Amino acid sequence: MGVEGIGARVVRKEDKRFITGKGRYVDDIKLLGMTHAHFIRSPHAHAKVKGIDSSAALKMPGVVAVLTGQQIVDDKVGNLICGWAITSKDGSPMKMGAWPAMAPETVRFVGQAVAVVIADSKNLARDAAEAVVVDYEELPAVADVHAAIKSGAPQLHPEAPGNQVYDWVIGDEGATDAAFAKAANVVKLDVTNNRLAPNAMEPRAAIADYDEAEEHFTLYTTSQNPHVARLVLSAFYNIAPEHKLRVIAPDVGGGFGSKIFIYPEEMVALWASKKVGRPVKWTGDRTEAFLTDAHGRDHVTHAEMAFDANNKITGLKVKTYANFGAYMSLFSSSVPTYLYATLLSGQYNIPAIHAEVVGVYTNTTPVDAYRGAGRPEASYLIERLMETAARQLNVDPAALRRSNFITQFPHQTPVIMAYDTGDFNASLDAAMKAIDYAGFAGRKAKAKTEGKLRGIGVSCYIEACGIAPSKAVGSLGAGVGLWESAEVRVNPVGTIEILTGSHSHGQGHETTFCQLVAERLGVPISQVSIVHGDTDKVQFGMGTYGSRSAAVGLTAILKAMEKMESKAKKIAAHALEASEGDIVIENGEFKVAGTDKAIAFPMVALAAYTAHNLPEGMEPGLKESAFYDPSNFTFPAGAYICELEVDPGTGKTSFVNFVAADDFGRLINPMIVEGQVHGGLVQGIGQALLEHAIYDASGQPVTASFMDYAMPRADDVPSFNLSHTTTLCPGNPLGIKGCGEAGAIGASAAVINAITDAIGKNNLEMPATPDRVWRTIHAA
Amino acid sequence: MYQTTYHRASSVDEAVSLFAKGTESKFLAGGQTLLPVMKQRLASPSDVIDLGKIKELQGVELSGDVLTIKAGTTYFDIMQNADVKKAIPAIAHLTSVLGDPAVRYRGTIGGSIANNDPAADYPAALLALGATVKTNKRSIAAEDFFQGLFTTALEDGEIITAVSFPVPEKAGYEKMRHPASRFALTGVFVAKTKSGEVRVAATGASQSGVMRVPAIEAALKANWSPSAIDSVTISASNLLADIHGTAEYRANLVKVMAQRAVAAAG
Repeated sequence: MGVEGIGARVVRKEDKRFITGKGRYVDDIKLLGMTHAHFIRSPHAHAKVKGIDSSAALKMPGVVAVLTGQQIVDDKVGNLICGWAITSKDGSPMKMGAWPAMAPETVRFVGQAVAVVIADSKNLARDAAEAVVVDYEELPAVADVHAAIKSGAPQLHPEAPGNQVYDWVIGDEGATDAAFAKAANVVKLDVTNNRLAPNAMEPRAAIADYDEAEEHFTLYTTSQNPHVARLVLSAFYNIAPEHKLRVIAPDVGGGFGSKIFIYPEEMVALWASKKVGRPVKWTGDRTEAFLTDAHGRDHVTHAEMAFDANNKITGLKVKTYANFGAYMSLFSSSVPTYLYATLLSGQYNIPAIHAEVVGVYTNTTPVDAYRGAGRPEASYLIERLMETAARQLNVDPAALRRSNFITQFPHQTPVIMAYDTGDFNASLDAAMKAIDYAGFAGRKAKAKTEGKLRGIGVSCYIEACGIAPSKAVGSLGAGVGLWESAEVRVNPVGTIEILTGSHSHGQGHETTFCQLVAERLGVPISQVSIVHGDTDKVQFGMGTYGSRSAAVGLTAILKAMEKMESKAKKIAAHALEASEGDIVIENGEFKVAGTDKAIAFPMVALAAYTAHNLPEGMEPGLKESAFYDPSNFTFPAGAYICELEVDPGTGKTSFVNFVAADDFGRLINPMIVEGQVHGGLVQGIGQALLEHAIYDASGQPVTASFMDYAMPRADDVPSFNLSHTTTLCPGNPLGIKGCGEAGAIGASAAVINAITDAIGKNNLEMPATPDRVWRTIHAA
Repeated sequence: MYQTTYHRASSVDEAVSLFAKGTESKFLAGGQTLLPVMKQRLASPSDVIDLGKIKELQGVELSGDVLTIKAGTTYFDIMQNADVKKAIPAIAHLTSVLGDPAVRYRGTIGGSIANNDPAADYPAALLALGATVKTNKRSIAAEDFFQGLFTTALEDGEIITAVSFPVPEKAGYEKMRHPASRFALTGVFVAKTKSGEVRVAATGASQSGVMRVPAIEAALKANWSPSAIDSVTISASNLLADIHGTAEYRANLVKVMAQRAVAAAG
């Protein structure tokens, strides 16, 4: 490892511009003649749109146009789609309700757009929007999954009778029933996985610019995956063919999944830009973010786990109702199915699993992937079940886990996943040592003398990241391939541009990706730049989500680097009159092994471009690209233990310690990895203690601002005690597993297990607010 | 935000005259409530008269047994002030747990009590300490000043200039913070005056805003100690209930926060 190579704690290159206010986000971009869009959104959870009168608004100053849902339908802009096909247990396809970018006839959640005002300024657009009169006929609405599936419930979509998206199953029902029939003990649990609002720091924004002469669109947007956005806008939404549509995702201030998806606002901006002949900008405000950014989680689950007389798990049955909201967002169908139920084996040998997932429409904001996407729900369920089982079977929770750990790899679970490697005992050992698990009983007794209820909670999570390979996900219904592409451009002076299809919106790619180059060539990272987020620059890309950028995106860069290095070695060998096989790369030089003959890398690059003296038949230039399709998912795993105190007088939780022992395979930049874990843990703790996107029974959002929706603040969380145990991922040459989501996946169960341990009551839903904890303590 | 006309007044008199000229004027103190409400287009004052630069509204004075805090003094300046810390440390503590650092740098005591949010911290201190609200026209006892949710005795165009607190023998404030807004989910201020009177006020709890808690006052009058409150029962009826706290929980908090405030007061 060099000072800037793999494993070095290199300070983030991109932070200089971010912390000095020089980042360039979509809202910072101003185009000549730019107009501003303000959306008119439904105040009702369910209503017919009887008419829209924009005559007064059109006479107001600076108003360019008022466009409606009927116009976007008339212009044949496609409906929004869900790109992962799921088949119900009866063989029928999932029921996708039509979702036009603006509603022409029916609105199905509060915040759904019915029209847009385009004006010379944001404020003028907003003024005029107040003069647009929308005639709604309110319809009965339903927000709760159980209410939505009852007979007689308000119906959202004619395509989906009973508000059912699908009824999907996985696993072997017969084998599972047989396991339960023979079980010595059965542990049952009902859990709700609370709905979350993602709340990236930067709200969504878009600028669309139509060039009439070239019939070409440029879209600046807050996207985690600009190429996928272009593909979908082109292939499904009829905006423009791909070569006539450039999508740029510049600096993006956080996504957590919510910026994977194509949203109505981008579609409307593109369409409107052509209609009004001027660029159209829309920047969402925080209220719009609460109302329209795809929410996360929202599962209601009943699960049962069977044990034999030796406390070995013999079976698992799960039934989950997943709230989809009013429409199927881009990848929503995959989240409670292939990203959830395939992880239900956790870290444990479970011979038989059967899971059923019912997707349900409600009059709420659509739900899709949010940091972890299905895996937090699976991990929370399994780890709450293990804790419940330990209490019921009267065994130590860590010991019960340990006696059921998978220890042989590869391991085929009954739910598709084949775990490649791992050492679950190692991470549990590290976490137990870090928190002094053995000394807990003494600490609990001491806390009791001080009037505090102390608890400890374990969570052993596993996740599947770097979702792949394309052929496998295609067979499960994915509408896209899940590989990554990269290009290495060496300039004639030896500086290097890495073009990647990954997209950084907080992950630090501009640093970590350079570290790979520094490691291989021995050049300083100041000689390397990372280019991403522009479909005109980068050949293609699948973007960043699912902790995939290091495992998949960086491996694609490695593959391109290998090709480039191979050519460079030929050039060096030719120049040094040596055999190609004798050339080694060290400290920025190409050397003949065992001699002092060497040529500096910039001279090799220059030789490639002057082309005065290249090997016979070699093309000039030094630029290579690669597409990398992994052979399997990666399986990050770890053990989290939380120790906390509950104040019995108020139900308030205070952290004492939180330890995380993660196995992410090889770390490129441990400092950045720690930052990712910190952020993930805070989101997991936020879900456990604070965050909840709530609707009342009529579908009105109750938590549409930070005055009501409790985001975790620095003083809500402890200082974390992190460590790593490492098994290298055999599926990619760098041995990387991914680290972006782990904290959010594993943390919430550790917190709830600790609180329920402290208060001696097992049933406690998230978020465990002081009120809820206090009432649980004092419940009969 | 709708269009509005902004004025920066340099004296109380100028502020009053500017206010009278506008068709629907609003005074701007720290802006921690007014500005967000205006940004959401929920308020549309014709004229906004900024009181933030008026020198006569700034500062703290301790004179004998009376602590006077001028209305435009920010929370940050109040919690840092040596006279406040010396005379009524419970006020310094209350201010240090009010909102967050950004709020404390901008918000003012006058702005807080003029708004009279039912979950604001300061109204509890004023009521428990028997403070007097000074305006450009008169003096108003805290008892008479707070008149229910977001309602005060202030007349149109009347400006709070200062709040005077009699220095108590003992005082304490404890609060359960609202997890999202950091207002008081419930906060209780307890005070024992130099004449031996016990006054207890709770904020964030009642549907009608800041309130005295006679049952706790009686218990503490008999025995100034946390355990004296053990046997008190607080009724949940007429208490606030929302997603962060049921009425029963708030009733519990009134009692528990009072006990802890007494413990803090010593």
